[in-house]
Amino acid sequence: MSSTTSPDTKTAKAAQAASAWRGFRGGLWQKRIDVRDFIQQTYTPYGGDESFLAPATARTLGIWAKLNDLFVEERRKGVLDVSQVPTSITAHGPGYIDKDNEIIVGLQTEAPLKRAIMPNGGFRMILGALKTYGYTPDPHVVEAFTKYRKTHNDAVFDAYTADIRRCRSSHILTGLPDAYGRGRIIGDYRRVALYGVDRLIERKKQEKEELDGQHSTDAIIRDREELSEQIRALAELKEMAAKYGCDISGPAGSAREAVQWLYFAYLAAVKEQNGAAMSLGRTSTFLDVYFERDLAEGLITESQAQEIVDDFVIKLRIVRFLRTPEYDELFAGDPTWVTESIGGMGDDGRSLVTKTSFRLLQTLYNLGPAPEPNLTIWYSPRLPDGFRRFASKVAIDTSSIQFESDEIMRSAWGDDGAIACCVSPMLMGRQMQFFGARANLAKCLLYAINGGRDEISGDQVAPAFEPVKGDTLDFDDVVARLERMMDWLAGVYVNAMNVIHYMHDKYAYERIEMALHDYAPVRTMAFGMAGLSVVADSLSAIKHAQVHVVRDERGLVTDYRTEGEFPVFGNNDNRVDHLASWAVSTFMGKLRKHPTYRNALHTQSILTITSNVVYGKATGNTPDGRRKGEPFAPGANPMHGRDTHGLQASAASVAKIPYRDAADGISLTASLVPGGLGRVAEDRVTNLRGMLDAFFGSTGYHMNVNVLNREMLVDAMDHPEKYPHLTIRVSGYAVNFVRLSREQQMDVINRTFHG
Amino acid sequence: MAPTPLAAKSPYELRVHLGRGVPETDVRTALATGDMGFLHSFTTGSTVDGPGVRVVAWTAGCMWRCLYCHNPDTWTLTNGIPVTLAQAAEELGRYRHGLKTMGGGFTLSGGEALMQDRFAVKLFAAAKAMGIHTALDTNGYLGSRLSDAELQTIDLVLLDLKGWDPERHRHLTGMDVAPTLEFARRLAALGRPIWVRFVLVPGLTDDPADVDAIARFAAGLGTVRRVDVLPFHQMGRFKWKELGLDYALDHVEPPSAEQVARTCAAFHAAGLEAY
Repeated sequence: MSSTTSPDTKTAKAAQAASAWRGFRGGLWQKRIDVRDFIQQTYTPYGGDESFLAPATARTLGIWAKLNDLFVEERRKGVLDVSQVPTSITAHGPGYIDKDNEIIVGLQTEAPLKRAIMPNGGFRMILGALKTYGYTPDPHVVEAFTKYRKTHNDAVFDAYTADIRRCRSSHILTGLPDAYGRGRIIGDYRRVALYGVDRLIERKKQEKEELDGQHSTDAIIRDREELSEQIRALAELKEMAAKYGCDISGPAGSAREAVQWLYFAYLAAVKEQNGAAMSLGRTSTFLDVYFERDLAEGLITESQAQEIVDDFVIKLRIVRFLRTPEYDELFAGDPTWVTESIGGMGDDGRSLVTKTSFRLLQTLYNLGPAPEPNLTIWYSPRLPDGFRRFASKVAIDTSSIQFESDEIMRSAWGDDGAIACCVSPMLMGRQMQFFGARANLAKCLLYAINGGRDEISGDQVAPAFEPVKGDTLDFDDVVARLERMMDWLAGVYVNAMNVIHYMHDKYAYERIEMALHDYAPVRTMAFGMAGLSVVADSLSAIKHAQVHVVRDERGLVTDYRTEGEFPVFGNNDNRVDHLASWAVSTFMGKLRKHPTYRNALHTQSILTITSNVVYGKATGNTPDGRRKGEPFAPGANPMHGRDTHGLQASAASVAKIPYRDAADGISLTASLVPGGLGRVAEDRVTNLRGMLDAFFGSTGYHMNVNVLNREMLVDAMDHPEKYPHLTIRVSGYAVNFVRLSREQQMDVINRTFHG
Repeated sequence: MAPTPLAAKSPYELRVHLGRGVPETDVRTALATGDMGFLHSFTTGSTVDGPGVRVVAWTAGCMWRCLYCHNPDTWTLTNGIPVTLAQAAEELGRYRHGLKTMGGGFTLSGGEALMQDRFAVKLFAAAKAMGIHTALDTNGYLGSRLSDAELQTIDLVLLDLKGWDPERHRHLTGMDVAPTLEFARRLAALGRPIWVRFVLVPGLTDDPADVDAIARFAAGLGTVRRVDVLPFHQMGRFKWKELGLDYALDHVEPPSAEQVARTCAAFHAAGLEAY
């Protein structure tokens, strides 16, 4: 044994643990790091309704008001302030919003909304951001990260192939995490609350010792180094908490401590990594065990319990990263994807809904609607009715929650999973993903038609082969070409991902997040696809109508003339829906042929909820009639205005996409106006619950429910792509909003939000 | 004639002449047998045409000419898509499980669905055979075309009571009110559940005496479960223009929320649930 702990401190620690764990039913979780077992042994399912919830206290509203003033200034300036101290877990001193009144403490830097620089991912992006917002880069930092310390971004470009570079600049591969943190890794932050940091360090030391007997291959050497980094990060986590006056070496002994310990662990992650998505995990039911105990012991009231949750959520709402405006354009805003997974069923058939699941949703009333944290319901028709109704009500009132299929994700990954980003499921503490942006499949189709030349630049991006001949596209010919182009694209794509993640592990390793994983977690490599509905409709046009090509002076096919009608994706019509499923499964099959870095499991998402606009901008005319530059539909959505038989038909088309070939998630966004859910408030809740029950009781995977207000409807007139499937319905009448003239749209708006 | 694939159509907007190619003898046979219908459009996900979340099909063809009609493209039978009964039933069947989960069902609306009464009856029978809840949205004028037995296949009638005063009713719709009221009494006598639908148009249907009379009549029926007070809107205006029809209500404003509330109150006063 190399442990340096003396018998005395061991006894003291055991006593501390015993007191922190008082009243908890024992189990495997005491013998090993196993948060899931702890939850299963101790939690109290809640089957009631929302009537027990408490409103925001004056203290909470006071803190929130202080921040609201800062938000105004932040919006005006772009960023409120920047700290140029290269960040780490311990780089910044303690910071507060309102020190005397905060219940949960900790900020990324020493002041709220002050953004840190995180150069390990890439320094170029930081320079760009500093310049944009009018800051002069600190010369010492510039020297350090240009002369002495190589970044992930530099390293990736050292190892990129010519193919990859061409694909990147022609936008057939876009959004690759090669200039900043990759994100989408969720530490099991609950471990810190349940076990305290010392126990976790002990375990990591054991894991490392166990590798001493292994031959030093590349992989083992890397593992040993990573484990050492993890141990170091855990020590820094303790040090950071100590600056706030908290000793988190042992387990949390109360609900407030549990939230605080857990938040410190998350905070350490967002102090050090500016990942594209920095998700929280699945914490509410875990924390509920502590709340239940404190409430039973009379230590807190419901109002105090809610206050702790509100304060926690306030902290999650002010996570900030320094990014460039181009980045924000790609992701439509300044998102952090602090995703929290709520609800779901347990493997034993008990619902995992607890009172704290409700308390988290209640923050949307207490603090008002907000996109972050990204509250995500793991939905099953088997969840208690009280929760399904409350979640439906919150969705209608705030449009701030999304729903995902607990049934599908649980059967694939188990009952302690969480969503990273929007739709990517992973098992807490036992699984991570290598995030992979997405391939523009619509462009791939155009390359297939043009023999590998880009339809906009005319450049030969893919290896040349003969372009289509003649004036009319032949379905079999186009499909054969598309497969060939997919073969090439899949190869380049996997290569790019391998390079990116090799270098990210090497230069910007997520020390603290991985310290909160078991050794050798399941790794997935999550590829993605954009433009699915464009491809499906294009293939349908080629198959069911006559598509004539129009060539420009360079001999490139740049436009299409279509005669006849063809079925379009989103109307529950197998003639085209099967083409969409074919495209997904075929591309997935081609990706699987190429080996991945660290033997990660290939997965794929049909996601891109925000960057569909940017991808569309870079793509020429397509055979389905979509014009050059026109946005793609988000995620797996049908193209806007083409799904014309209502939500069930549209959702049915999307639900046919096989999860086994899109295991990183399939996204559907539904836009509704409140009246579209029913004429009476009570009916709206019942009807949305019914829609969710039907969708998730079948093979539906994900649904963003946007219940629109007047401003959003006005916005939809100019940006139809942001409001897919927007049907306006009154009794006896229905109309697809985006297909109306402007005058008609104004009529609708006046009617919908009249009175 | 090759059947038009239903799912391929995208028929929310103005639809005209879709059934123009159908020979007149086929139209007659269709009407007589009900083996083919003419549909303006259909949609899933409706929450405003009966209880729960429903599939709604709108038929083409109506003999009324309501001044406030928001779907004047449904007046002419041959504007609709010709659809065989088997096709319609198959399309509906795809949603049967979801409809049950969502506490919904199938609503046949129009146009005036009973202009194609044989098609309606057969489609309702097919829906019932699949265990789907059925609703008929009708002005009731042709209610006598349905036998008592056929009415048993309709779980709910959404009955449009458009006016009370016979003269004003004729002005508003072009037709007499008496057959509608007679159909309502017959439904009540058979114990069939009804939701009354009343369209509130300022200056046209908002006479308090008329509203009270309708409320009293509806309450007296004893099987009215709910009243939908539907505020007039202008979303159908463009259809009148595009069809080249004279639209009398071009300058009529939708009722205020307060006017709607007052009308609901009149129904409440008669002891009815109204929204």
